[in-house]
Order: sequence, then structure tokens, then C-alpha cells
Amino acid sequence: MPLVLEKRAERSAFIAIASPVLAIALTLVTMSILLLALGKNPLMALYVYFVEPLTDPYSLMEIAVKASPLVMIAIGLSLCYLANVWNIGAEGQFIMGAVTGSYLAVVTNGSDVGHWLVIVMLIMGAIGGALWALIPAICRVRFGANEILTSLMLVYVADLIMDYLVRGPWRDPKGLNFPTTASFDPSATVPVILDGGRLHAGVIVTLAVVAVAAVMLGRTIKGFEIRVVGAAPRAARFAGFKSDRLVIFTFLISGALSGLAGIIEVAGPVGVLQPGISPGYGFTAIIVAFLGRLNPIGILIAGLFLALTFIGGEGAQISMKIPLDLTKVFQGVLLFYVLACDSLILYRIRLIGAQSKTA
Amino acid sequence: MKRLLMTAAAAALALAATAFNASAADKLKVGFIYLGPVGDLGWTYMHEVARQALVKELGDKIETTYLENVNEGPDSERSIVQLARTGHQLIFTTSFGYMDPTVKVAKQFPKIKFEHATGYKRAPNLGTYSGRFYEGRYIQGVIAAKMSKTGTLGYIASFPIPEVISGINATMLGAQSVNPNIKVKIIWVNTWFDPGKEADAAKALADQGADVLMQHTDSPAAMQVAQQRGIYAFGQDSDMIKFGPKSQLTAIVNNWGPYYIKQTKAVLAGTWKSEDTWDGLKEKMVVMAPFTNMPDDVKKLAEKTEAGIVDGSIVPFKCPVLGQDGKPIECKGGTHLDAGQILGMNFYVKGVDDKFPSK
Repeated sequence: MPLVLEKRAERSAFIAIASPVLAIALTLVTMSILLLALGKNPLMALYVYFVEPLTDPYSLMEIAVKASPLVMIAIGLSLCYLANVWNIGAEGQFIMGAVTGSYLAVVTNGSDVGHWLVIVMLIMGAIGGALWALIPAICRVRFGANEILTSLMLVYVADLIMDYLVRGPWRDPKGLNFPTTASFDPSATVPVILDGGRLHAGVIVTLAVVAVAAVMLGRTIKGFEIRVVGAAPRAARFAGFKSDRLVIFTFLISGALSGLAGIIEVAGPVGVLQPGISPGYGFTAIIVAFLGRLNPIGILIAGLFLALTFIGGEGAQISMKIPLDLTKVFQGVLLFYVLACDSLILYRIRLIGAQSKTA
Repeated sequence: MKRLLMTAAAAALALAATAFNASAADKLKVGFIYLGPVGDLGWTYMHEVARQALVKELGDKIETTYLENVNEGPDSERSIVQLARTGHQLIFTTSFGYMDPTVKVAKQFPKIKFEHATGYKRAPNLGTYSGRFYEGRYIQGVIAAKMSKTGTLGYIASFPIPEVISGINATMLGAQSVNPNIKVKIIWVNTWFDPGKEADAAKALADQGADVLMQHTDSPAAMQVAQQRGIYAFGQDSDMIKFGPKSQLTAIVNNWGPYYIKQTKAVLAGTWKSEDTWDGLKEKMVVMAPFTNMPDDVKKLAEKTEAGIVDGSIVPFKCPVLGQDGKPIECKGGTHLDAGQILGMNFYVKGVDDKFPSK
């Protein structure tokens, strides 16, 4: 009895809601089997992964800190993806935002100029990221270059530019040639908003971004335009929406948000500009965007959930000696099931009976 | 039925939670933060080997935990805090990039002892440790100059930090003690661990006539290239003889085990103090792998050199040390360069045919 996928006449509203639940359930089952194979108690492990971090204020703050850049970048990416614009280079825009924002911190180092500095840094970071994103946007609009390739390639360029700066002109003079800038002054640092942790003001900015994006997508013409151009380009043309302009617009917004996330990360939790400021946030955010179904609130939840698996994975390494690789397998399995289950929204599984076989 | 299931699940979770909270409360908990995966066969692997040695020696009195693949950017501070918050009383952070985060966390947890590898910032509860790897490099220089037929050595360098520069200089001084006209070609790969890049660099050096390869990167890739090309190479971090049974002359082996055991015993006995430990061949923090694939006279010379460094009759950076321009370097240590000059080394010695990077 072979199985076939058959296209549904309409999207299944029930499956749209049930799919993430099913995906998580399947992930939990798969993980339990893997944990059993490793000789670990799956119940205990799942408790450490998902529940324990939520029971402790410090871990909760860390989840927010970890999720913040992911959510901010993913919001920008979701606008691109909704409009059928494939920005894969958020990592590079993140780095260039960090670099342009850090410029002020580096040149003012040692001269305490006042707290306006960090605000200007954040603005410059957003501009830096936006300009970096403008390059693939223009290449696509003017020359028809595939933005997937150009935006991705620019990640490596951005990486090398940062590398050059922290090894050369911006290197900490007291840092024994190590590739890092001097630690940022307090006036160049995003302030921590709660004592006893690293919860910083950038998290509030992220929440504001989520709110603005939700309103924009749901209640403005621009949001409508983005969705129409993505879903029905021909209809969009009839409506007078210019897709070229939208490519530029979504790239600019997405680049600005990635850049902002970059400078907040550097001026916040890291405190210096150095290679390795991003553990692949720009790429992980792609997962977050799709996990959140390109919906701002969904992205917020997906970002927090992914952050939870990072923090929980660390807890599992500490208290149960579960290897880090399993956390990565876990994230991969989750994404796999989410995408697999999503296909059930548009398709149904049908058993082909014995009759059709003989026919 | 549903309620019964839920109660059962909750009970199981609660049971699971208490089960591991109660585990091993009396043992000293020792934590490790690793840069790479434990299977990198290089830097992190040797810390892991040392951790296992520690467990073997003091397993009944201690419990150890490690977190691997910890990014040097925003994640490291959280990872260290996680260990501190889960009752670890002694925490080793094993990469240079953890310096500032370790300093920060040490301030937050004054009762916990921290040990940071290869850094220079200390606090009352934060000590530092590193190996005098340049001593091993000097021996390698002696052997290489003896074994090279072309008179050209190939050097795969990672980053132009003092540790790497002093390694190149020590190699050169050792080699010049045998052959004053020896040449060294250097390729900077800008990574600690990238087998692909390291192999490419090794091939390029061999193509340029280098017949003895040395590396300051962590993977065995260069050793494998040497084996294929029928030339010689030196292992790095660990004994890499199985990757180059016909090629490895010796290897610099990082031997952290005795130090970890000593410091853990000190914490157990309540005698731990914050210190700056910088041990070499004499204290066996740096160990040479067996001298292989070389004639007896070279082996004898290598052994003699090693013994000389151990008893102090041979000092690698003995004055006068000539700079690249042929002028003597200021001799701050009386008869040899002092520790500060070696730990902050930012010049090449005479005979290194390479432009000093980013000065």
C-alpha cells in the first residue's frame, strides 16, 4: 500500500494550527529515542532542556538576550521572504552594522563623551547594515543578478573587512597584537536594564520592532503590498505595485535590522569588536523566520524557543553530560519536522489501495 | 484518564528533577570551557585528555563538566556563568578569547576559583597558565635545519599574535644554531583550525621547495600532506605520528594534566592562590613526542638540546637577539629576553624572510 501526496483543494486551516504541535511532538519522540540510545533518561533530559531554564530568572534573562538578535534579524528577513526576495546575507549585514557602529566607539575610546554616543552608534549600525544590503538589492534590480548568491557572497566580504579592521587600524594598542578593539567605554555600551544578569536595553528595541512589524504587515498598505507582490506578482503589477522598488525597500529594512542587531550585540553582551562576534546569527535567523511562519509574533515565539534550546542544551551538557552535538541534531530534527508537517497544509496523504495497484 | 496521565507525567518530572539535584553534592565540581569540539585532535582535545587524567587521579573527590564549542563572542560569558551557578568551584577557561568574560564572571563570583589559559589578566580568584611552547619550537628548529636538504623550511602560521611570533623566532634561532643560512617560508592562514586551508598551505609550501613543514595550527592536515609528499613535518598540540608515520620528526605536546591535577588538589586542600604559571619542558607542561624518522646523530643533538633547555644551559632567546634589521634587541632580562618581551613579542629575528604582519 504505497502512500501518495495529493494536493488539497484548499489550505487546511486545522492542519495549519496542528502542524507545529505535531512537529514538536514528533521531535520529542525522536529525541527520546536518541536519548534512550545514549543511555540517558529522556524525561529528565527533556525537563532539563525545556523546563528548567524557565524556572530560573537568570536563565530567562539569558534566553531573552540570546533570542533578541535572532528575532530582530528574522523580522527583517520575513519581510524579504514574504515579498519573494531572498536575502541570505543577514550575517554580513549584521557584521557591517557592528563595524560601522563600532567606528564611533573606537575613535572616542577613553574620552567619556556621554550617553548619546551609544544611540548614535545604534543609528549608524542600522545605516551600515542597510547600505550593505543595498548592494545585492541594486545588483538584482539593475543587472538582474541573483540576490541569493550576491547577498551570501557579501557575508564573506564583510567578515574579511571586519578582520582587517581589528587586526589593523582598530586594533587595541594595549592588546598585544591580539585581533580585537579596546573594550568599549561605558558611554558606548548598551545599558543593562536589570541587575544580576545581562538583560540589556536592546531587548526592548527588539520587542518594539516586533510590534511595528506586526502593525505594518497587518494594517498598512505597505504590508499589503509586500504580501501581494510575494504571493501574486502579476496581480501586484495590475495593482500598480512596483516590484523593483519593493526589492530595494525590503532589503533596506532587513539590512537595517540586521545591522542594528549587530551593533547591539557588540555594544551589549560582547563589549568589543572582534572576530567571532556572531555565532552564525544571520543564518540561524533564517530558521527562526521560517519556524515563525514569517509572522512577527510567530517569529518572536520561534526565536525564544530556539534560544531555549541553546540554554537548555547547555544545561543538559552540564547536569547530564549530554553532548552538544545532540542539541544540534535536535535543532535540525525540529526544523525538518516543521517543514515536513507544513507540507500537510497544502497536501494530504492518501493510501493507494490494492485495487489501483492491480489496475 | 487524561488527568491521570498528566499527574503521572508531572510526578515523573518532579522525580527526575529531585534525582539529579541530589546527585554528588559533596564532591568538588570542576568545570571546563572548550573552544573547539573535543574531537579536534588539537588544542581542545589536549585539554580534554588532561581533564580525563584529572578524573582518573581524583575521580573519587571531584566531578567534572565541560562545555565544548563555546564561541568566544557573546556566548562565552553565559557559559562560564552557567558553570559558576551550577556549583562548580573551580573553572578552567581554555582559550585566549575567554579572557574578558572570565574576568567579568570572576568578579561576580568571588568565592569561585578561575583559571584562564594563555591570558594575562588576573584577579584574587583568577589565575592564568600557559606553556613555554617556544622551547619546543627551538628544538624543532634544530632538527629541521639538520634534516632539510633544500635549506628551506615551511611554516604554517595562524594569527600574528605574540605566541605565534615567538614560535617562529624560536624556530629560526634553533635552526640558525645549526645552519646560519637557513630560510623559512611563512604562510598565514588566519585560522586555528581549518583542515582544508591548512592542507592547501602545506601543499603551497612544499611546492615552493620547503622540505620540512611546521605548523602553528591545530589539525593534522599538514602532517598528512607531508606524508603524501614524502617530506618531513612536526606535529602540533598532540602526537600526530599516526597521521605521518614516515614524516613526523617530533611534536610539541601540550601536557596540561599535571597542572590541572595540581591546581585541583590545591583547591581541595584550601591552598589555591591566584598565580601566573608559565611552565615549559622542565615542568613537563610542554613535552616532546618521540624523535622519529631521523638519523641517530640528529636524534642525539635533539636530545642534547632538550636536556640543555631543561637544565638551563641552552636559552632560546639568549642575548644578543638580532632583529630583522640586524640590530640587537634591547636585552631586558640581563642575559636573555625577559618574559614580557617574549609574551608580547612583536618583531622578527634576523633571517626571517617575511614582512611583519600589521605593524
